[in-house]
Amino acid sequence: MGRYVARRLLQMIPVFIGTTLLIFLMVNALPGDPVKALWGDKPPDPAQVAQIKHDRGLDLPLWEQYLHYMKGLFQGDFGNTIAGNRPILDEITQAFPVSMRLAAMAWTFELVVGITLGVIAGVRRGRIIDTTVTFFTLLVISVPIFVFGLGFQLIFGNELGWVKPTVQDSENFQQLMLPALVLGLVGLAYVARLTRTSIKENRSADYIRTAVAKGLPRRRIISRHLLRNSLIPVVTYLGTDIGALMGGAVITEGIFNVTGVGNLLYTGIARREGAIIVGIVTVLVIVYLLASLLVDLLYAVLDPRIRYA
Amino acid sequence: MTITEKTADVPAPRSGEDKSGRLLDVKDLHVEFHTRDGVVKAVNGVNYSVDAGETLAVLGESGSGKSVTAQAIMGILDMPPGKIPQGEIVFRGQDMLKMSGEERRKIRGRKIAMIFQDALSSLNPVLSVGYQLGEMFRVHEGMSRKEAKAKAVELMDRVKIPAAKQRVSDYPHQFSGGMRQRIMIAMALALEPDLIIADEPTTALDVTVQAQVMDLLAELQREYNMGLILITHDLGVVADVADKIAVMYAGRIVETAPVHELYKRPAHPYTRGLLDSIPRLDQKGQELYAIKGLPPNLLKIPSGCAFNPRCPKATDICRTDVPPLVPVTERDGAELVGRGSACHFWKETIHG
Repeated sequence: MGRYVARRLLQMIPVFIGTTLLIFLMVNALPGDPVKALWGDKPPDPAQVAQIKHDRGLDLPLWEQYLHYMKGLFQGDFGNTIAGNRPILDEITQAFPVSMRLAAMAWTFELVVGITLGVIAGVRRGRIIDTTVTFFTLLVISVPIFVFGLGFQLIFGNELGWVKPTVQDSENFQQLMLPALVLGLVGLAYVARLTRTSIKENRSADYIRTAVAKGLPRRRIISRHLLRNSLIPVVTYLGTDIGALMGGAVITEGIFNVTGVGNLLYTGIARREGAIIVGIVTVLVIVYLLASLLVDLLYAVLDPRIRYA
Repeated sequence: MTITEKTADVPAPRSGEDKSGRLLDVKDLHVEFHTRDGVVKAVNGVNYSVDAGETLAVLGESGSGKSVTAQAIMGILDMPPGKIPQGEIVFRGQDMLKMSGEERRKIRGRKIAMIFQDALSSLNPVLSVGYQLGEMFRVHEGMSRKEAKAKAVELMDRVKIPAAKQRVSDYPHQFSGGMRQRIMIAMALALEPDLIIADEPTTALDVTVQAQVMDLLAELQREYNMGLILITHDLGVVADVADKIAVMYAGRIVETAPVHELYKRPAHPYTRGLLDSIPRLDQKGQELYAIKGLPPNLLKIPSGCAFNPRCPKATDICRTDVPPLVPVTERDGAELVGRGSACHFWKETIHG
C-alpha cells in the first residue's frame, strides 16, 4: 500500500512537468502581447516595451523562460503580474479559498442529492420517479450551464428575491448557495445517472437475491448490499469532478460575480497574463492528481478484491 | 462468550415448537411471467409436501419450473413480471401467499432458508463472510456486532471450514469453491430453520467436492431434523440423500415416488428417459441414450401431455388430454405408498 502510494506520487512528477510545459507553450502561442496591452488603445513606445520585456525576462528564448519559471515555482514564487507587478501567489491564495468553498458546496450537493436520486430511480426502475429523474438529468446535461445560471439568477434573485442575485461577499455561505447549486447541477445529473445505471445492474445480482432470501429488511439490502457494490463508477466520477469544479467555474463565477479561481483565470486570459494562467493550472493539476490518487485508494476500500502492492 | 460454548454440539430446542410433522404443503401452485412476448407459464399446478426431517428431491431439466417453485416458496420471485395466479403455499398450517410482506420476510432465513447454486456470485463480494454470516443474527435476533461475529466463527466451524477464527474476516473470493458453498450452507443453517431449500447446491462444484458438500448437508439435516428440498438435475446426487422424488416437466410434476422405487421402476416415460441417459460402466462402448428433442417453449406448451412431442410412446390421446397425476399401484391393485404418475400409460411403463 505504502509502496503503491509512493509510486503514484513519483508518477506525478512527469505528469506535472508535462502539463505545465504544455500550458506554458500554449499561452505563449496566444495572439496578443501583454506588455503592449498596458498602453491600451494608445500606440506603445517601443523603447519602453523593450525595457519592460527585458526587465521581466520576456525577451529570453521560450525554454529559458520556462526554466526560470519552474525554478521560481519550486521556491514558491509564481512570478508577478505584468500589469501592476503584484505577486501572483497572493492573487492565487486569495482566490483559491473562495473557489474551494464553492466547489466543496457544489460537490456535497452532487454527492448527496445525486446519489439519493440515483438510488431511488434505480430501485424503482420504470416507475414515474425513474422516468422523471432520467428526463430531468438529461435536460440538465444537454442545456448549457449559463442558461441555468442566468435563469436561476433571474428567478430566485430578481423575481422571487429569495437570494441576492450576485455574490457581494465571497466568504458568505448563504450567498454562495445559489452559485454552488448551479455549479453542481451538471455533476449532479451525471452522478444520478451513473448511480441509477449501476444500481439497476446490480439489483438483479445473485447476492442481492441471497440478501432477500436471508430475510433482511429492504433498507438494509439497499444500503449495505446494493449501494456499496454500485458506488465504484460514481466514486470515479466524483473524484475527478473535484478538480473540474475548482477550475471549471469560470462561467458560474462570472455570472454570480464570485471572486474565485474562475474569475482570476478569466482575467488572466483576457489580459494575456501567461503567468497567472500557468500558475492556476499548476495548482489545479496538483488537485487533479491528488484527487485521482484518492479515488484509486478508495476503490480498495469499497471493493476488497482490489489490492495494491 | 457463554454463547459460543453452549451451542457447539447440541442444537438448542426451539421454545414451544415441535420440529416434527408436516412442514410445507404446496397446493396447486401456478406461476407465470408476463413478458413482452406473452405469458410464460413456468409452473402449472404443482403439488408437493415436505415433513420435518424429510428430504424431497425435485428433479427436472432446465426450465422445468423446479427453481421457480422454490423461489415462490421463498417469496423471492421478481413480481412483476412474475405472478402467482392460483395455489397455496402452506407452511406450518399457514398460507404464506396470504401473509404480508413483513411476515414473510421474518420467515425467510429464520424458518425457511435457501442455498443457491453458484456460491461465488451468491455471496456479496465486498462484505466479509463473517459479516454476511453474522448478519443473520444481527437482523433476526438483534445481536451485537461482536456476538454475531462469534456466532459466525462457530458456524464456520460447524460446516468444517479449517481455521475459522482466522478466516472469518476474509472475503468470498479468498475461499475455494467448496469452502464457499460451505459458507452458503452455514448461512442457511444459521438460525436452524425448519426447512432448507437447496437449489442445485453442487452443480458449480467439481466432482470430488460435490460428495463432501452433499454429505455435510445430509448430516446437518439429520442432526437438526430439518426438512430439505433438494433441487437438482443430477440423478446421482439424489439417490444417496433423498427420501422421495418429484420429477418435474414443463411446470408440472409428472412423477412422484420414494427414491429407490423410482430408480427401480419408473412409471413415466420421461423418468425412464432420464434414467436411461445416465452413463453406465457396464454399457461401455454403446451409444448413450438421450431424450430426443428439446424442452418445450413455456410460452407455447404443447396440448395434452407436455412431453408428447418427445415421448417414444405417445399416441393420439397424449396430444389431446392432459394426464392427471394418478396414484400408481401394483399389477394386482395393491397400493404403492407415495407413488404417482402423470402418464396415460403408466401401467405399461411400470409393469412393462
